[in-house]
Parts: sequence; structure tokens; C-alpha cells
Amino acid sequence: MVDEVILLGYWPSTFGVRTRIALEEKDIKFDYREQDLFNKSSLLLEMNPVHKKIPVLIHNGKPVCESLIQVEYIDETWPGKIPLLPSDPYQRAQAKFWGDFIDKMVPGLVRLMWGAKGEEQEAGKKEFIEMLKTVESELGDKTYFGGEAFGYVDIALIGYYCWFDAFEKYGNFSIEAQCPKIIAWAKSCIKRDSVAKSLPDSEKVTELVPELKKKMGIE
Amino acid sequence: MAERSEEVKLLGMWASPFSRRVEIALTLKGLPYEFSEQDIANKSPLLLQSNPVHKMIPVLLHNGKPISESLVILEYIDDTWQHNQILPQDPYDKAIARFWARFVDEQIYVTAMKVVGKVGEERDAAVEATRDLLKLMEKELVGKDFLGGESLGFVDIVATLVAFWLMRTEEVVGVKVVPVEMFPEIHRWVKNLLDVDVIKKCIPPEGEHLNYIRARMDSLKLKSV
Repeated sequence: MVDEVILLGYWPSTFGVRTRIALEEKDIKFDYREQDLFNKSSLLLEMNPVHKKIPVLIHNGKPVCESLIQVEYIDETWPGKIPLLPSDPYQRAQAKFWGDFIDKMVPGLVRLMWGAKGEEQEAGKKEFIEMLKTVESELGDKTYFGGEAFGYVDIALIGYYCWFDAFEKYGNFSIEAQCPKIIAWAKSCIKRDSVAKSLPDSEKVTELVPELKKKMGIE
Repeated sequence: MAERSEEVKLLGMWASPFSRRVEIALTLKGLPYEFSEQDIANKSPLLLQSNPVHKMIPVLLHNGKPISESLVILEYIDDTWQHNQILPQDPYDKAIARFWARFVDEQIYVTAMKVVGKVGEERDAAVEATRDLLKLMEKELVGKDFLGGESLGFVDIVATLVAFWLMRTEEVVGVKVVPVEMFPEIHRWVKNLLDVDVIKKCIPPEGEHLNYIRARMDSLKLKSV
């Protein structure tokens, strides 16, 4: 049976990037459909009625929502190819723990980027930096989070990389100064085909911010 | 099956739904474990050492190695001891189960906390928002005995948070957040849960639990004054 794989995404989304990378790593053919988040398609609303968000992975007509759940689903459905998660239960649990931690970086980033001012924005920035430092110490001197193999945790984090320039600009700080190992790690990741194909251009992302703020009704 | 020397220890807290769900999983699997009640206000060196990132319970220690975050712990238990599976086997069904588990923890729990933590109009808004989320759960239960289908599964274990924390909070708050007229399926599901021995064994005793919720609510109110 030929698999039909559709991905509903939005090009600058850190979350959509994760799923794209996972599909590319596994060399799975998929139909990417760009969504307009300010004018949601009936397909998106039908496939993710609960959250109405992207990314949505549609495999043979059945939707899977939430990016890290999609990455696991891809790994479990196409196991023969490059494994994205470790097979050892303990290592796998550690990977999921860090995926969850990386997701928990979102509220700080929202405060940094989307509407908070003054102290609240500063607090968001500090939270992001602290969390990124925690992630950096988990990376240590390894090539990737899982060691020699690129996988789930790398996929969870690399999506944010295309937003680093924007974070730095709007937060007025240098991520490299705070977390040099993360920058070095990101630079190795982007050499991978799957990442290069999936990560949007940082400049385009940064340019988009004022327009997004306007659409979201934020000053 | 070969005999292994297994040391399973749970750093938990008797009134926490996140801690209790791990106990449900361990009990379902028939796994002996040592429970270590933690004082959240005065965290033990073992807790801080085992979960340095979040410093929170529950933490499962398996042969001394720590696993944190309750959903991660549940999956670890299922991966390590593969009898009496908690998660579905099929990758798609698993993805759906994971989706609903997150929904309970990231949506229902977060919104429902505001019912306890706020007063007046803010509380009313929280009640409305919680009900909107619960309506989705209600729909999932139509035609099913449990969220997992015919028998108790991953999502049921996670959603005990709704059955035995959110619904018990009603008595303390004095607001029927989950009235039976609006949520007949959820009420039916709670009855089904209470028929399961493992659940009965693993949920906090009602009287003590209500007193605990009451005390927490009072302290939250004091903080917001």
C-alpha cells in the first residue's frame, strides 16, 4: 500500500520544522501544505478540531497532532530507517524528558517576543536564557544530545534556531555569548540534509516579526 | 521470566494526582515499590539530586536511576515491564492516547487550577473554560467504558486527575464544575473507575483529601489578598 502523508504547516513555525525534519530523516515522501493561520482552512479545522493549530500530520487520512507526538509516531511507524529515539527504555525516557523541557521554553519566549513589555519581557528573556543554559549543560561536549546519533532531542530544539536572530534582536542579547555550545551544536545540525531542507531562513523569520505582531494585534 | 533484582522507589506525595498516577501504573503491573513521601515545602536532598532540573515529584528511581515527569515515567514503566500494557500497541492509537494525556495535563489541569485559585468573576470564567474543555472529554467517552476503550488505559490513568481531583474540588469550592446533567458520560466513567480495584486502592482517601484541598485553597486565597 502506498502511504499518503500530508503535513499541514506554517513556514516559520518551530514546531512544524520538527515534523518536517523527522520525515526527511526517514526519507518519507510527503505533501507539504502551507497554512494561513489567520484564515484557517477547513482541512486544518477538521483535522485538528481541538487546538486548530499546526503542524498536523495526516497519514492515510488520519490526523496526528502535536509536533513531538508526531516525531514519535513517525519513528514508530517507520522503524526500519534511522531511529530517532533510543531503544533503551531509560535513554528513551531521558530523551522525552528533555523534549518536554524544551517545550516548556515556550512561555518565556512568548513573553520575550509577543507583547510583554519592561520587566515582564525581561523576565521572559531571563527564563529562556536560563533554560537554554540547562539544555546546554545536558548537551555537554557531545555532538548531539543522544551522543553520536542525531535524534529526538536535537529535533525538538533545532526548530528554535531559525528564531535565534529574532530573539537576539528583540531581546537585545547574544545567544552565542550565553550558550556557545548550543550555537556550535546548531551549526553541525544544519549541515544535515533533513535540517537544511526544513529550517526556514533566519532573516526571513526576523523580517516577519513586525507583520506577525500586527496580525496578532500586538504593538 | 528471569528473576531480576529490581529496586523501584517512588518519590511522591500522597495528595498529588501526578504521584498517584504513577502508583496506579506500578500497581497495575504488580510491581513492588518503595514509596517515599516527600515534603514539598522542605525538599529532601534525594529529591533535589534526583530531579535537579524541576525539583518536583513524582520521581521514579529504578535501580537508583531517576526518571522525572509523570507522563515520561508512565511510558518508562510501560516500556520496561511489558505485561499488562497501559498504552495501546498501534502507533496511531498511541499517538491519540498521548494527545489526550497532554490535553488533560496542559489544558484541563491548567484551567481547572484557576477554579481553585481565583474568586468571583475570574473563577466563573475558569469554570466556563474548564467545562468547554471537559465537553471534549465527554465526547470521547460516548460508547466507551473507559477512555482507553473496554478497559482502563493510559488516558484513564492520567485523567484520574479529573475524576478524583477536579471533581473533589467541587465540594470544597462549592461550585458544580462538572454537573451530571451536563456530563453524564464523565460521571458514568467515574463510576466505572471506582469499580476497578487498582483505582480504589491508589486514590487518596476522600475525607483526608477534601481537608487537604480545603487547606490549599485557603492558603491560595491568603496569597492573593
